[in-house]
Amino acid sequence: MIAAAALAALATVCALAAWRMTSVRWTWRAPRAAIALWQALGLTWGLASVGALLAYALEPWGRGVIHGLVYLVTHWREPSGLQRVGALAAGLALLTVLMAVVVVAMAQTLQARRRHRLLLSLVARDEPAVPGVRVVDHPGAAAYCVPGLKSQVVISEGTLSLLSRDELAAVLAHEDAHARERHDLVLLPFAALRWVLPWSKVVRDANASVALLVEMAADDHARLRVPPKRLATALLRFGTAGVYITPHGALGMGAENVMARVNRLVQPGPKMPARYRYGIVAGAVLLTTSAPLLWFLPQ
Amino acid sequence: MDVLWAERSPLTAREVGRLIADRDLAPTTVMTVLDRLTRKGFLTRVRDGRAWRYEPAASRDAYIAELMLEALDMTGDRSAALTRFAQAVSGTEAEVLRKALTELEEE
Repeated sequence: MIAAAALAALATVCALAAWRMTSVRWTWRAPRAAIALWQALGLTWGLASVGALLAYALEPWGRGVIHGLVYLVTHWREPSGLQRVGALAAGLALLTVLMAVVVVAMAQTLQARRRHRLLLSLVARDEPAVPGVRVVDHPGAAAYCVPGLKSQVVISEGTLSLLSRDELAAVLAHEDAHARERHDLVLLPFAALRWVLPWSKVVRDANASVALLVEMAADDHARLRVPPKRLATALLRFGTAGVYITPHGALGMGAENVMARVNRLVQPGPKMPARYRYGIVAGAVLLTTSAPLLWFLPQ
Repeated sequence: MDVLWAERSPLTAREVGRLIADRDLAPTTVMTVLDRLTRKGFLTRVRDGRAWRYEPAASRDAYIAELMLEALDMTGDRSAALTRFAQAVSGTEAEVLRKALTELEEE
């Protein structure tokens, strides 16, 4: 019973921690460490929830989750009792859903990107002023990265006329960070979870928090190479360039997020001491290893 | 594609090859490219005697619009396919940003 209880407790702790993390602000002072913690929380929550159900179902054999599952498959015995069979079915179903959702999201994302790249190859052009960047002839302001093995940075004609040279360099440094650190891979599982639990406020907030942290991490990367003030003015120019209607599903958090990023750039607070940052990362690693270890616990 | 977009009427592979004058392309290369674009749905073609006549399936602007919709995250599905620099915000929110921008520029 210990393993099942411990895993259930772990899943609850992760859910509570995620709920807390959506409203705290210290994460902005160390976005990279916070992202690692978010990933650990998400992964551990999934493994612990599935593990708790399976551990309960397989508990009478006293073999733990992993060896219990092996025993189940090799000897083809079902656990006795309706409750335990139910827990087994629920655990396996949850595991399948979580894995399937990530796989489907990945497939859809890859397909959308392929189509996007194909269209870019047809209508985008090179611009001598910004080598290595694809330019789309459209008056709207857009700057983004199509991630992949060969990530592509794209800007619109509108961006070229909106920003000064320095600001454009700042934007490109920001996008370069996205491309280099593969931030899309960080966001993918959270976006997938949001897709399967669209009504859950915690999942929605978690997704938004991670998305903002990823932007802040890219801002931090860019400020090493360009004046932070230029990045800040570029952000504000972008935010005000919209002549568009708010896309449906947008949370009205736009301005708040932009201002949070601008304030960080213009008046950087005290940096989080390195020992705290390493502490957070170590905690994330410890958390990630805890669930798999509990899967082996025999009782 | 640019050649076909510039023309009003459908063209044969041979005509396309002639219009891409600056590049020394083999007629078969042009035909292969046109064939592949057709299979991907970017061109439509009709029989004209022994040759095919090709025509763009949609205008250049339509494709640009599709790209920009995704780029500005206005398709509604909020996918993680692209990573964007920043998003434009609406009316009153934009006012807050505009004020901040003026302040920052005056410093």
